[in-house]
Amino acid sequence: MNLLTDHLLSWILFIPTIGALLLLLVPGRKIKAIRTAALVISILPFLLTLLLWGNYTQPPAGQFVFEEQAAWFPAIGSSYHLGIDGVSLVMLLLTTLLTPLAILTSFNIKEKVKAFMILFLILETGMLGVFMALDLILFFLFWEIGLVPMYFLINQWGGEKRNYASLKFILFTMGGSLGLLLATQMIGVMVGSFDFIKVLQTWPGLQGEMFGLPSHTVKSIAFWAFVIAFAIKVPVWPFHTWLPDAHTEAPTGGSMILAGVLLKLGAYGFIRLVIPLFPAEAAQFSGWLAALATAAIVFGALSAAAQKDFKRLVAYSSINHMGFVVLGIAAAAWAGSQTDPAIRESAVIALNGSVLQMFNHGLSAAGMFFLVGVLYDRAHTRKLEDFGGLYAILPVYGSILIFTSMASLGLPGLNGFVSEFMIVRGVWPIYTLFIALGMIGLLFTGVYVLKALKLTLHGPLNEHWSGKLSEINLREILVIAPLMILMLSIGLWPSWILNLINSTVMTWF
Amino acid sequence: MQIPYLSFLAFLPLAAAIVILFLPAGKRNLIRGIALATSIVTLILSVIVFFSYDTQNAGYQFQIQLDWLPALGISFHMGVDGIGAAMELMAGLVVLSGVMVSWRIEDRPREFFAFLLFLASSVFGVFASLDLFQLFVFFELAVFPKYLMIVMWGYPKTKEYGGMKLTLYLFFGSMVALVGVLAMYFGSGLHTFDLVALENAGLSVEFQRLWFPFVFIGFGVLGGIFPFHSWAPDGHVAAPTAVSMLLAGVEMKVGVFAALRAGLMLMPQGMRIWAPLIIVLATINVVYGAFIAMIQKDFKYVIGFSSVSHMGLVFIGFATLTPQGLTGAGLQMFSHGIMTALFFAIVGMVYDRAHTRNISELGGLYQFMPIAMIGFIVGGLVSMGMPGFSGFIAELPIYMGAWKTYPLVAILSAISIVVTAAYILLVVRKVFFGETPEPIKAGLTDITLMDKSVVIMLSLIMILIGLFPSILVPVIEAGVKHILVLVGGA
Repeated sequence: MNLLTDHLLSWILFIPTIGALLLLLVPGRKIKAIRTAALVISILPFLLTLLLWGNYTQPPAGQFVFEEQAAWFPAIGSSYHLGIDGVSLVMLLLTTLLTPLAILTSFNIKEKVKAFMILFLILETGMLGVFMALDLILFFLFWEIGLVPMYFLINQWGGEKRNYASLKFILFTMGGSLGLLLATQMIGVMVGSFDFIKVLQTWPGLQGEMFGLPSHTVKSIAFWAFVIAFAIKVPVWPFHTWLPDAHTEAPTGGSMILAGVLLKLGAYGFIRLVIPLFPAEAAQFSGWLAALATAAIVFGALSAAAQKDFKRLVAYSSINHMGFVVLGIAAAAWAGSQTDPAIRESAVIALNGSVLQMFNHGLSAAGMFFLVGVLYDRAHTRKLEDFGGLYAILPVYGSILIFTSMASLGLPGLNGFVSEFMIVRGVWPIYTLFIALGMIGLLFTGVYVLKALKLTLHGPLNEHWSGKLSEINLREILVIAPLMILMLSIGLWPSWILNLINSTVMTWF
Repeated sequence: MQIPYLSFLAFLPLAAAIVILFLPAGKRNLIRGIALATSIVTLILSVIVFFSYDTQNAGYQFQIQLDWLPALGISFHMGVDGIGAAMELMAGLVVLSGVMVSWRIEDRPREFFAFLLFLASSVFGVFASLDLFQLFVFFELAVFPKYLMIVMWGYPKTKEYGGMKLTLYLFFGSMVALVGVLAMYFGSGLHTFDLVALENAGLSVEFQRLWFPFVFIGFGVLGGIFPFHSWAPDGHVAAPTAVSMLLAGVEMKVGVFAALRAGLMLMPQGMRIWAPLIIVLATINVVYGAFIAMIQKDFKYVIGFSSVSHMGLVFIGFATLTPQGLTGAGLQMFSHGIMTALFFAIVGMVYDRAHTRNISELGGLYQFMPIAMIGFIVGGLVSMGMPGFSGFIAELPIYMGAWKTYPLVAILSAISIVVTAAYILLVVRKVFFGETPEPIKAGLTDITLMDKSVVIMLSLIMILIGLFPSILVPVIEAGVKHILVLVGGA
């Protein structure tokens, strides 16, 4: 038992990889066995994460729980150092929940099933590692390692323009991480260690000349290097152009993980690294970040409303929703330098809202991509104008789609409302103009969600489809049901998850 | 009595080569059997040397010194430090791989395997030489098999040109280096070629300023330093597969290793003075090599130029003269050796079956040779410095060293990471995925079991080092510790 509980994070982290290695030994033609095995393997980290949740106690500021440390690369001052706080725990739950659901969704993959499942499990390790790493090099390692399986998932199992989309995806993200890598190296050289806790103690206070330049200049450059890397991943306008292509071309399971988890890595980077390591620069430049986030909210919504392809519409909606996350983070970054207790209280609310929005968007985006995938599997088209009146023949599917869309739209009583309300409430006293503009974005969120529903479900039935589309099946309901339950439970009683987030966020202010 | 592992390593392949040359040409199985057995034994010996190297005490180990020409101050002096031990292991792996991928060679197998073992003997000897004269002897021992193998078994269209170019460049380089070495022989007043003695010769700064470039650049030619790099892609492409693997994998390391031993370690002050120039040249290597690799149309040239790019990082590591930079350079020598051997092996496997290396005429090979594809992807990830693979482990310390000394160099050479990612991914996609063009379809078969073993062995080593750097790093660090003592301070 001790072996399990002492290294709980390592187990969660590496069970998918160990499982992937075991899958290598299974002959490729045993498709059913491979699918089942992949599903079972991916459920194990979820169960262990629940165990983690049950045993979690809030650490004081700057400290972490379930810590593990082992020598890894002492020559450069980097070690295998894991640990979590409440925010990471929420992200771990999201990742370990969505991965089995995405794998269950991918039971419809028929070609090269073994390779698909192996890549998917390795991807999970990469994502989980980012949320656990307490060493900058380890963070970067996991940050990058997830790109490779995702590249191949899009490139091999994607839609028509998959070559273009996958290369764009990996070059954008790798190009972005270049600055992250260089800035990380620079910090490591200045501090003499890559250990996050040590860096946190030394780096923000470092003054004087660096490389013959004033420390403020160097830190500002490093700050932007970090910000650009994370902004590409989120993505914040104008770094978003890889996203619609990648999300649209990826296979359904891949889109669920891309939108559900990978985008959160960027936002998590802001919260875990950017604000703690660059508090002064973050406060100074937070206005710029807020402006870009607002642009993402507004342009994301407007672009989504203009789409003709259902999947592309959902892809643009991610830009819109993630804009709120970054706006909340920007407000919190600015408030970090303020002493007024009312401002700081608003910042706490905004940051709580951002983290909850990350979780909520993970649920709703994964759900939406999944539902688009369900329709595409049957109709082999995603053009909105080809549908119409489908509710008449697919009532169950239609109801589920309406429910999920409403969560995404922010209907009170469902999860999206709680987090977006908190962000609006928290940001209002800090960036009044930006949040007011963001409300226009919110209006267009309503426009594009309702437009999608109208064109697919309502109106006269497009006779072309009558008798050709089958209702959503049991496996598919099993995928969407947990997401719907969570959407409703957070909408009605958010405190089960907010308490955890809030206790961590409170230690930062 | 201590077993002379290093001498066995250096002379066993030589002895086997001579035996093979005396066998009747028709006994192909016996010949390749001997070659395989010899390379397995040398790998085992190099593994023993690597893992029994005592990292606590560091310094030169497994030493043996015998009189050779005492009147001239020449002795037979074998021994390795940490870097040498790692290089012996790398060479052992590449030599075995080279023999294995040449298993089915039909054209004059007797001469082919004999020359290959000559080459092996040369590289094992250089990495263990603690006497400069002896180092030169082993160094030059490689010239004749290299040249002959390229012109006899090379790519028909360019073999004469490539072989001649390579030989002339390397002759030129080693002559320049020899001048510098002779200057040390006389200038030190010791009249000895013994490296350990020369390390403590106390050569004056003025002397070092003048003679350092001769030795370092002279040997650096074989390491592919800009602007003397152009033999490398031409030579690698013209050579038969196993020779390309040894040339790019091991011979280029022989060049930088000799530059390190005779240049940097004997004249550290010279290195300090000339470091800015070296680092500018090396940065050009890194960035220019990557861009040129990207526009190549020939599969093998892509890899050839990528070697130019990656070897630049080794020179950057040296020129920083920092613990991290030097450690990274040593790691990169190992990692690049394995990686490029794997690349050339796979390029050879593809060419043997498709009979073309033109990227636009290839495609969809994953259906025919999935293991080769996975190996190429692993090599590609190493090449683009993906964390979790050996390339990252090697490049990271080099970049840290650069940050400490020339921050701008770190930023400039980082451009190559994205460029490398772009060309590797494009090549992977065009060669291994997509549609298979009709003309090449007929010849495509899966790679042989021998080939698969090579691909899997080399891939696993790069992954293992990437995940567990402590396999390799302490040994390299033990070597670096000694270099830092010579360099002083830093």
